[in-house]
Amino acid sequence: MDYDLIVNILYATVRTGTPLILVALGELVCEKSGVLNLGQEGMMLMGAVIGFIAALETGNLWLGVTFAMAAGLMMSLLFGFIALNLSANQVATGLALTIFGTGLSAFVGSDYVGTPLVGIEPWHIPLLSDIPFVGRILFSHDPLVYLSFGLFVGVYLFLNRSHAGLALKAVGESPQSAKATGLPVFKIRYLAVMFGGAMAGLAGAYLSLAYTPLWAENMTAGRGWIALALVVFASWKAERVLLGAYLFGAFSIMHLVAQGLGFSVSPNLLAIMPYLATIVVLVMLSSDKARVKLYAPVSLGKPFHPAD
Amino acid sequence: MTIDIDLPPPSKDYRLQLQGITKQYPGCLANDRAHLNIRPGEVHALLGENGAGKSTLMKIIYGVTRPDAGVIYWEGEPVEIADPAAARRLGIGMVFQHFSLFETLTVAENISLSLPKEQVRDRAALSRRISEVSDKYGMALNPDRLVHTLSIGERQRVEIVRCLLQDIKLLILDEPTSVLTPQEVDQLFATLRQLSQEGCSILFISHKLNEVRALCDSATILRAGRVSGHCVPAEETNHSIARLMVGDDTPVHAEHEKTTGGEDYLIVENLSVKTDDPFGVNLESLSFTVKAGEILGVAGVAGNGQEELLAALSGETVVLDSPAAIRLLAQPVAAMTSGQRRKLGVGFVPEERLGRGAVPDMSLKENGLLTGYFQGLTKAGLISMPAVRKFAETVRTRFNVKAPNTETHAKCLSGGNLQKFIIGREILQNPKLLIAAHPTWGVDVGAALAIHKALIELRDRGAAILVVSEDLDELFAISDRICALYVGKISPIKETRETTIAEVGGWMGGDFLESSQPAPQQAVGA
Repeated sequence: MDYDLIVNILYATVRTGTPLILVALGELVCEKSGVLNLGQEGMMLMGAVIGFIAALETGNLWLGVTFAMAAGLMMSLLFGFIALNLSANQVATGLALTIFGTGLSAFVGSDYVGTPLVGIEPWHIPLLSDIPFVGRILFSHDPLVYLSFGLFVGVYLFLNRSHAGLALKAVGESPQSAKATGLPVFKIRYLAVMFGGAMAGLAGAYLSLAYTPLWAENMTAGRGWIALALVVFASWKAERVLLGAYLFGAFSIMHLVAQGLGFSVSPNLLAIMPYLATIVVLVMLSSDKARVKLYAPVSLGKPFHPAD
Repeated sequence: MTIDIDLPPPSKDYRLQLQGITKQYPGCLANDRAHLNIRPGEVHALLGENGAGKSTLMKIIYGVTRPDAGVIYWEGEPVEIADPAAARRLGIGMVFQHFSLFETLTVAENISLSLPKEQVRDRAALSRRISEVSDKYGMALNPDRLVHTLSIGERQRVEIVRCLLQDIKLLILDEPTSVLTPQEVDQLFATLRQLSQEGCSILFISHKLNEVRALCDSATILRAGRVSGHCVPAEETNHSIARLMVGDDTPVHAEHEKTTGGEDYLIVENLSVKTDDPFGVNLESLSFTVKAGEILGVAGVAGNGQEELLAALSGETVVLDSPAAIRLLAQPVAAMTSGQRRKLGVGFVPEERLGRGAVPDMSLKENGLLTGYFQGLTKAGLISMPAVRKFAETVRTRFNVKAPNTETHAKCLSGGNLQKFIIGREILQNPKLLIAAHPTWGVDVGAALAIHKALIELRDRGAAILVVSEDLDELFAISDRICALYVGKISPIKETRETTIAEVGGWMGGDFLESSQPAPQQAVGA
């Protein structure tokens, strides 16, 4: 393989991994607070379609991104109301949210399928993008990719270094104890759910405004589910979420490259590779049960009744 | 002893006064016009049975729950305590019975979560303060340890130090001694006396009357949500205080004969189990026997291998590599599942009543069937409903389970009643070996006596019984021989008549390991 091909593969890896990172970081924060939101796919689709429509109608791509995040946020508030206020089963509520979001986004976007749009352009960071190899791979992307770098650092520091992150983890481990300690359990969980929603909306916007600037029904193609699996297999650690997302991105690209190079393997088998490889690597990383138990939010998915 | 009707008016002489506190839960009046008066520096006991309303009253003081009616006075001024943060601002701290700690965080992180933000910016300074305070009160603590690596006694210290880091004026402790060895209790009491001399008031919730009499200056006794009396504990006997707690018609004490038992029925030899739970304990070559017709009591502070031992004995954990490590008479059973062991005549009363001992959403009838199906409750593989109903009905009436009928769901029963049902269900199957975990934990005095009597009767019919409990008084009352578990190792086993609470307390703290001679082998063989 020549130099350009490698650079191109790695460049595409970053692009492909970005939507996964965005949605998985949101879900990571949400799950760390003890709330399991399976509605990622639905929130992403709503973000994608609303972002696309807003950008097209206003002609402002960044307004589109803002609307997409707002759409994800609204969806997560719906989830929050049902799962937190009404203490409904989180799994059922999340599944319903995905089904709802899939249908609603198809309905809202039916007039926009196939409409062309000039997407968010790459922005070559001066100086940094001139660095050989690394500059092309990391610093010649659209601004949403840079935003995903920043959000990763932010979430990492929040979870590992901040007092607020400590409170979030405490709520996820034992809401009863957290309440007795005087932490606002409801507020913290709501904020975490809302963060997850906004991030899913942002990931949707990335797909419909930057990655492939168009709207198509069900265009997330299961990325919301992959992100959910990533969070679990990454044993709830931000750095492993990043690793898993890029790994998935790399293998997704590899299978296109392999097809292009004319490997005589069934394309269906190649299409399995990203899923298989990501899961194998993350399972190996998380094979130490005892250590995983230290990071898993103990009360994940359990409704909290403040009266208990 | 007085039952005073005239309450002292609100005054600066009292640190905390409660008047007319009422709290109604659906179907239960938890507090009925309760009152309480605590002076500065006073150690005040709050006594009562389970369900008497102690916990609710404490939660009201600490701002976890709001009362429906009544007034709280703090140093003579009426106050509203909206949440725990408000209580802490007044100078109220609380040590919970089930600790409110986060196991995956460090000591310092746990403490920082309950402090105001300004105080936790500088983590190094916080760690220094934690060390200073813990040294001053004789409670050694390392701020950087993860909480799940700490013993139960150390976790309690974290909770206490967490309270002491604030400007504390009233410290509430909810049954603080139930998880400690007698020696740790002495240490805790020394700390509490030091605090009270410095002017901090202490509200001590307990049902262990000896401890209350040793520590407390005064006591308020609750019964069924109402204050049933006040006393100066040192001037009373256990019996007179217990009377106030349970009322006039319940017996509060019973003596049981000790026996020596017959042949070895359960034989455990070199049982080692590795746990895969990061918060668990490995069992290290345990050897002991339980004879037919005796009760062996296993003492120990929670988290010293009791759960692992019970799982190995019940068959929830199977020991495949050494099937002979557990034997019933000569038959190796360690590799058998719980169902196979039940067929051989083993009965279990697990620690968790709801979820393990009984299915919360099933009726008593169905819960009876769950373990009783070998007792002719099925015909040709199909459930025989009349037989199931009769079995559950027999348990209900024979063991005086207070439930309207056998269709009642298990989760609707009080802890004591459900425990009577579970124990009755096992005893009616005439087990040759009964393994009972914490049989009277959270059960009121009357029900506890009934459970003890049932166990003694089963013993006298020739069954071998193993009781695991944290309550030394209970073990001394019913067991014929006694031992203790400490970090997965077993202490020497002695006849209950020939040992003392202090000696067993020492075993619970692990002092049997310090002597260089191997533990006496009297446990094995015979």
